[in-house]
Amino acid sequence: MSRAALLVLADGRFPAGGHAHSGGAEAAVKGGLITGSDGLEAFCRGRLHTAGLVSAALAAAAALGVDPVALDAAADARTPSLALRVASRKLGRQLMRAARATWPSRELDVVAREFPKGAHQPVVLGVAARVAGLGADDAAYCSAYESVSGPASAVVRLLSLDPFDATGVLARLAPEVDRVVGAAVEAAGEVVVGGVDALPAASAPLLEIGAEAHAAWPVRLFAS
Amino acid sequence: MHLGHDHSHGWPSAVSADAHRPDGTRRALRIGLGGPVGSGKTATVAALCRALRDELSLAVVTNDIYTREDAEFLLREAVLPPERITAVETGACPHTAIRDDISANLEAVEDLEDEVGPLALILVESGGDNLTATFSKGLVDAQIFVIDVAGGDDIPRKGGPGVTTADLLVVNKTDLAPYVGSDLARMAADAKTQRAELPVVFQSLRSEAGVAEVAAWVREKLAAWTA
Repeated sequence: MSRAALLVLADGRFPAGGHAHSGGAEAAVKGGLITGSDGLEAFCRGRLHTAGLVSAALAAAAALGVDPVALDAAADARTPSLALRVASRKLGRQLMRAARATWPSRELDVVAREFPKGAHQPVVLGVAARVAGLGADDAAYCSAYESVSGPASAVVRLLSLDPFDATGVLARLAPEVDRVVGAAVEAAGEVVVGGVDALPAASAPLLEIGAEAHAAWPVRLFAS
Repeated sequence: MHLGHDHSHGWPSAVSADAHRPDGTRRALRIGLGGPVGSGKTATVAALCRALRDELSLAVVTNDIYTREDAEFLLREAVLPPERITAVETGACPHTAIRDDISANLEAVEDLEDEVGPLALILVESGGDNLTATFSKGLVDAQIFVIDVAGGDDIPRKGGPGVTTADLLVVNKTDLAPYVGSDLARMAADAKTQRAELPVVFQSLRSEAGVAEVAAWVREKLAAWTA
């Protein structure tokens, strides 16, 4: 495997549609939950340990070769908000396009054909990592880091937050990202043996509720 | 690597610039319209739809910055049936969605072809942006850059990727020139300097000719695409 492939996949400029999504940050900013870097850090910490953990475990399991159809159903079951399921599938479809162009492979083609309108993003991410020659921990790192880097860059735009402060938040969360990745990879290993019920099901009700409200706004900067 | 040679039947298309759809048919010609806020991109799209809709099957993708205003304007004006107009959300960065990360726009054009196709032409309108905003060649086959005389007659002189490299430069609202003190001859000379042989159209959508010259250019592009 190539270690540099991880940098390609994890690059925020990897053209897979993420720039148009705030990961719930726009709703949280409007709700007064994020007004500066402290609020951003608290928001990101909450997202990392809930949605971030679940998506990292899904990605790690997909990278280990677990059936993407089963993982996709498990992601559905762990995402109560329709708006979030729609956003995740949209991003999955966009990531699939970028991944197939970047690392052409039969394995990605099969998943693309199974899900013409998109599988859940973490599942696609895991398969993409696998065909890029990366491991379960790499896939989990991509997913867990994305769960906080997306909101951080969105808040820089939404609040005109100092970009150095936003990057500082990500650096301070790094040890927690490590721990979440560890838990996600362990869970993924259990999925290989015992099936998708071993996946974590941590939930963040405010993210779900905020996403539903956000989807109904007539004027917004981000798609989710 | 992906200019229409490697599509395989029954498999969803992998990439962006493929000239063929998964079923092997030729896809629609995609023309992008970009330019600064308020220069008349949406009005030009609306006029093109009215001029072309009776002779060919077309659809529109809009890239609003934070609303659905442009899509709703086109719907309200009823220039096309609603299923032929799609809005893409751009996350505060319209130029990213048309150039650096075109995935959402590619989905929009593919979905339009799947759902209302077959289409001959898809117009992709950028959200109002700056003078450096250009479309990726993975998203569009040709691009029109729309500026207007009221935005300052020095814009062609200033240049920038939009003015310099667009396949067609449209200088809009020429009817306003006397009121805002813009020198059309100077704009034309500056545009010629920046663009050499690339075409420039001066238009007023309020005049009788309206969008006719731009529509003729689109027909030419389409003839070349389908040839």
